[in-house]
Amino acid sequence: MRALIRAATIAGVLLVIYLLQLGFESSLNDYVQRIVLLSGINIILAVGLNLINGTTGQFSIGHAGFMAVGAYGAAYLGAKLAPPLHSLLGPGALANGVIFNIALLMGGLFAGISGLIVGMPSLRLRGDYLAVVTLGFGEIIRILFNNASFLGAATGYFGDDPSGLPAYTNFFWVFAWVTAIVVLIHNLTFSQTGRSLIAIREDEIAAEAMATPTTRLKVTAFAISAATAGIAGGLFAHMQAGVRPEDFRFEKSIDMIVMIIVGGLGSISGAILGGIFLAVSLELMRDLQQYRLVLYALLLIVIMIVRPQGLLGSRELHHFLRRRPKSGTVGGA
Amino acid sequence: MSLLELRRVEKIFGGLRAVHDVSLVVERGTIFGLIGPNGAGKTTLFNVITGVYTPESGAILLSGKDIAGLRPAAIAALGVARTFQNIRIFRAMTVEENVMVAGHHLHTASIVDAMLRSRRYAADEHALSKRARELLEILGLAELAAELAGSLPYGSQRRLEIARALMLSPQLLLLDEPAAGMNSQEARTLNDQIRFLRDQLGLTVVLVEHNMAVVMNVCEKIHVVDHGETIAEGTPAEIKVHPKVLAAYLGEEPEEAAS
Amino acid sequence: MTQFFQQIINGLSLGSIYALIALGYTMVYGILKLINFAHGEVFMVGAYTGLYAAGALGIDAYEASGRAFPLYLALAVLVAAMAAAALLGVLIEFLAYRPVRTAPRLTPLITAIGVSLFLQNAGMLVFSPNPQRYPAILREVRFELFGVIVTNIKLTIFGVALALMFGLHLLVQKTWTGRAMRALSFNIDAAKLMGIDTNRVIRSTFAIGSALAAAGGILFGLDQITINPLMGVLTGLKAFVAAVLGGIGSIPGAVVGGLLIGLAEQLTAGYLSPAYRDAITFVILIAILLLKPEGLLGVVRVEKV
Repeated sequence: MRALIRAATIAGVLLVIYLLQLGFESSLNDYVQRIVLLSGINIILAVGLNLINGTTGQFSIGHAGFMAVGAYGAAYLGAKLAPPLHSLLGPGALANGVIFNIALLMGGLFAGISGLIVGMPSLRLRGDYLAVVTLGFGEIIRILFNNASFLGAATGYFGDDPSGLPAYTNFFWVFAWVTAIVVLIHNLTFSQTGRSLIAIREDEIAAEAMATPTTRLKVTAFAISAATAGIAGGLFAHMQAGVRPEDFRFEKSIDMIVMIIVGGLGSISGAILGGIFLAVSLELMRDLQQYRLVLYALLLIVIMIVRPQGLLGSRELHHFLRRRPKSGTVGGA
Repeated sequence: MSLLELRRVEKIFGGLRAVHDVSLVVERGTIFGLIGPNGAGKTTLFNVITGVYTPESGAILLSGKDIAGLRPAAIAALGVARTFQNIRIFRAMTVEENVMVAGHHLHTASIVDAMLRSRRYAADEHALSKRARELLEILGLAELAAELAGSLPYGSQRRLEIARALMLSPQLLLLDEPAAGMNSQEARTLNDQIRFLRDQLGLTVVLVEHNMAVVMNVCEKIHVVDHGETIAEGTPAEIKVHPKVLAAYLGEEPEEAAS
Repeated sequence: MTQFFQQIINGLSLGSIYALIALGYTMVYGILKLINFAHGEVFMVGAYTGLYAAGALGIDAYEASGRAFPLYLALAVLVAAMAAAALLGVLIEFLAYRPVRTAPRLTPLITAIGVSLFLQNAGMLVFSPNPQRYPAILREVRFELFGVIVTNIKLTIFGVALALMFGLHLLVQKTWTGRAMRALSFNIDAAKLMGIDTNRVIRSTFAIGSALAAAGGILFGLDQITINPLMGVLTGLKAFVAAVLGGIGSIPGAVVGGLLIGLAEQLTAGYLSPAYRDAITFVILIAILLLKPEGLLGVVRVEKV
C-alpha cells in the first residue's frame, strides 16, 4: 500500500514537471530558458556542495574537478551507448531518455568514486589544509583532462557525432533530477546520519566520543557531494556542443562556493536560493562580463564581514514561516 | 575481573611527562574518584582511556582487553562514555537531537534507508527518539527537549552531556568535573544522581572532580595524582588525612574545601 | 651532466623567488593561523609596480639607446615596488582580515579567497589581461661556466634573495619587532597580555612579507621576461606549497621549501615533461600533507582537549 502511494506520488510529480516543461518551452524565449536550466544545474551543484561544506563543515574548494569527471563521463558514455541503444529501441525519445539517464548515473558514479579517492586521504586534514588539498586535486583533475588525448585534450570532447554532443538536457530532465536530488539530500540531512554530520561540524572530538564513525561519514558525505556535482556536470555537458577542460577551472569551484555562502552555509533552501542567484546574476552581468568576478569577489568579502551566515544561516526557509525557529533535524514521519 | 585497569600508563607531550607510571583498578559497579591539583594529569588520563591520546607505554584494560591505541569511536562503542571538562555539547542542535546522535548502536538503518525514508528508517527514528526522551526524563531535562542546546543554562548543559553519554548504554561512565560551577544544593543533587547511575542503571563511574563535597561523599575509592604521578589511593576517610595529599594541595585541608 | 647542473642553477634561482614569497605566507600563518590567499596577488602587484616605476624613471629611453639602466635607478624601482606592496599588504589586513579576525576559521578563509579573486580581476581590469614585456631593469649578460649558462640575472636573484633573507633573519632575531613577531606566533593572547600592541606587530608582519613578495615579483619579471595579472595565482600557490613543505610558521622552512620546490619543478620540466611542471607542485603538496603535515622543519602542535 505504502509503495503504491509512493509510486503514485512520484508519477504525479513527474507529470507536473512535464506539464511545466510544455509551458516553459512554449512561453519563454531561448535566453530565459537557458537561465532556468542553468539555475536547475546550479541548484544541484549547490545542494550537493552544501552537504559537505555546510552540513558537515568540511570545506572543499575543488569541486569543479568532480563536475568535470561527471561531465566527461556522461558525455563519453552517452556517445558510446547511443548506437547500440538506438538500434535496440529506435531513434526516439525513449531511447534518448534511457541513454541520457544511464550516462548521467554513470557520470555521477565516476564522480562519486573520484570523490572517495580524493576524500579518503584528504579528510584527515584540518580546515584550511583540507581546502588547499581539495584545490590541488581539483586542478590535478583538470590538468589530467587537459592532457587526455582520447577525450580531446584542451580542445574538448564533442562525442562521435560531427555536430557535437546531443542536446539531451531539457527542462524535464533537469528538474526531475533537481527534485530527486533535493529530496534525497533533504532526507539525508534530516536523519540520524544528518545529525551525525552536524555533530561532526559542531564538535568532531565530542562526536567521536559518542561513537560516531567520523571518518567514514565525512568520506561518505564527500563522495555523495562529488556524485551530485558529477550529475550536474553531465546535465551541463549535454547543453553544450562539447565538454572542455576550461569549463571546470577554479572559477567554477568559486561559483559553487558563492552559491552556498550567499544562501547560507548549512541550509538546503539557502543553497537553492544561492544557485538561482548565481545563474540569474551571471546572465544579468553578461554585458559586464569582465566585472563579474570582481563583483563576486567583493560580494564574498562583504558577506563575510557583514553577514557571514548568508541569507538563511544554517536554517531552512520553512523555519522562518513558523513562529519559533528551531533546527528540527528529527526526521521520520 | 575488574572493569577498568590501567597498568603503568605513560603519556608524554614533547618534553612534558603528563602521565607517568600510573596504575589503578576500577571494580565493576563502583564509584571511583580521581583527584589532584590543577594540571596533575587527570583529564589527560581520561583522554588516554577514551582514545583521544595514545599512551607511550602501558596497558588500558577494559574487562581484560587492552584498548590502548584504539580510536575514540571504537572505545565508545565498547561501552566507555564520557563528559568533558569544558562542556562539548552540540550547540546548534536541540536537546533531544544531542542525545539521539549518540544512539548509533540503536540505529540499524542505512544511509539509503534514510534517503528513501523506508519503514526501517522510521522505526529506527522512533526507537531513538523514545530512548532519548527516557534519558532526558531521568536527568530532568524532558521539558527542554525541543530547545536549542546552546541556549540552555550551564547546569542543564552539564546534565545534557550526561544524558548524551548514557545514550551509549555504557558500562563505564567517565565524568570530568561534573560539579564545576555548581552550588552546594546542586552538588547534593548531583551526588544523588551519581548514586542513581550506579544503583539503578548498573554503571561504573569514574569521577574527576575538585569539589570535595561530592568526591568524599560519593566515591568508594579515591586515586590521587600530582604532576602526572600517583601519590595516594584509598577510601575517602584515608585520603582525607593522607599527608602526601594534604601536601600536594598546598596545605589546604580537604574538609575545608568541602564546607 | 651539464644539463643537470643547468637545471640545478635554474631551479635554485626559481626557488629563491618562491622562498621570498613563501616567507610572507609563513609569517602570517605563524601569527594569525590564516592562509593569506591574496599574497600571490601582492607579488603580482609588486611586479607591476616595478614595471611602471621603471617606466616612470625613463627606462624606455635607456632601452632604445642601448644603454644599461643605472644601478641606482634599479634600486629605486625595487624600493618603490617593495614600499607599494607593503602598503597594499597592510591595507588588505586592515580592511579585509581584521574585521573577521575573531570569527570561526572558515570566515577568514573565504575572505582571503575573496580578496585574492578581487585583486586578480581588478588587476586584469587595471593592468590589461594581456601579458606585458618586463623592462630590462637589469640588462642580461650571459656567461658560461663549465658548460652551464649563467646570467647576471640569475646571480642577482640569488644575491637579492640572500640579502633580503639575511635582513629578515637579523630583524626576527635582533630587533624588538622580530621578537614580538615570534612571541605572537607562539601565543597571541599571552602576547597581548604582555602589553604588546598586537595590531602593530601584525601590520608589520604583513608589510614585511609583502615587501619580500614584491622583490620576488621584480626578480620574477626579470627572469621570465613577461608578466600578466594572473601570475600570482600559480606562483602564489607554489610558494604556499613551499611554505607548507618547509613547515608553515617556520622561516628557515620557507627558504628550504622554496628552494626544494624550485628544484623539483625544474628537474621535472627538464627530465619528465614541461607539461607536468605545475602538476609536480600539487603532488608534493598532497604528499607532504598526507605524510608529514607539519612540514620538514615544522613542529607538531597537539590540540588540548
